Amino acid sequence: MDSVTLIAMASILTAGLTMAIGSIAPALGEGKAAQNALSAIAQQPDERSSITRTLFVSLAMIESIAIYCFVISMILIFANPFWEHVITQGG
Amino acid sequence: MEILLLNQISPDQVVLLQWGFLRITATLLYTWFVMGILILGSWLITRKMSSDVHASRWQNLLEEVVSTIRNQIQEIIHDDPGDYLSFIGTLFLFIGLSNLLLIVPGYVSPTASLTTTSALAICVFIAVPLYGITKQGIVHYLKEYFQPTFIFFPFHIMGEITRTLALAVRLFGNMMSHDKVIAILLAVTPLFFPIIMHALGLLIGLVQAYIFAILAMVYIASATQAHEKKDGKEN
Repeated sequence: MDSVTLIAMASILTAGLTMAIGSIAPALGEGKAAQNALSAIAQQPDERSSITRTLFVSLAMIESIAIYCFVISMILIFANPFWEHVITQGG
Repeated sequence: MEILLLNQISPDQVVLLQWGFLRITATLLYTWFVMGILILGSWLITRKMSSDVHASRWQNLLEEVVSTIRNQIQEIIHDDPGDYLSFIGTLFLFIGLSNLLLIVPGYVSPTASLTTTSALAICVFIAVPLYGITKQGIVHYLKEYFQPTFIFFPFHIMGEITRTLALAVRLFGNMMSHDKVIAILLAVTPLFFPIIMHALGLLIGLVQAYIFAILAMVYIASATQAHEKKDGKEN
């Protein structure tokens, strides 16, 4: 197996694994945040606007972890630096 | 017209014009496009403003936008939003418009490139100490870095840098992922689902613009108000 095939295989596998494992924790966290915000709104409907704003900000914070995983898997698939390095060396 | 290919991760890779070392990429072109719309639109609308009851409908639109931004800022800082309005409002309007124009065919959002989002995040990174120093003086501002003890100084610095990085990568990841999802869906189920995802993309774009502006405001507020809050508690 030459190195191009190896790198392609490792990149694709790692990209899939990154998304699969990396999205578990943010999904659980976002669910918990949304659940608590909903019950807080149900208890205090008057504070709805400030709860919603805080919820948005915290969801963005939690989601950024999943976004990091996504960006890394996208880089591995579409703009892999190792892949290009090997191709320029070989060609 | 498809400008961005599936295997191109950002519009930086689409070179429209190469002139020596000067390169006009799609990112640059669409950034100018959005800036042109914003500047020209505001100039045209504010050219003939009236304080009459019968204002033009465009003036009503701008008034509504500005007062909404003012209210949102006021809810965060509980203070006069005048100083922050121009910075936060510009961030929100630029990101929001460049995300909303997604429905125009052939348009690639400049926020789907890491260079644009990094530039915006660096603006926030510079604005935080600027506002902090002007509001509470350089000594009080620098003191915040050594709270509670001087050991925490590197962690404060690290926090500043990582949150700037997070700000840039979050916006870039959201907008880029939307482009990619649309492109993949076009290949799999051509007619119906891409339209629904486009509608969802408008919502995501506005929410991301809102989050970027709110986070910038929260960072600035934490730099300007940390000292005042402590005073309030002691009194």
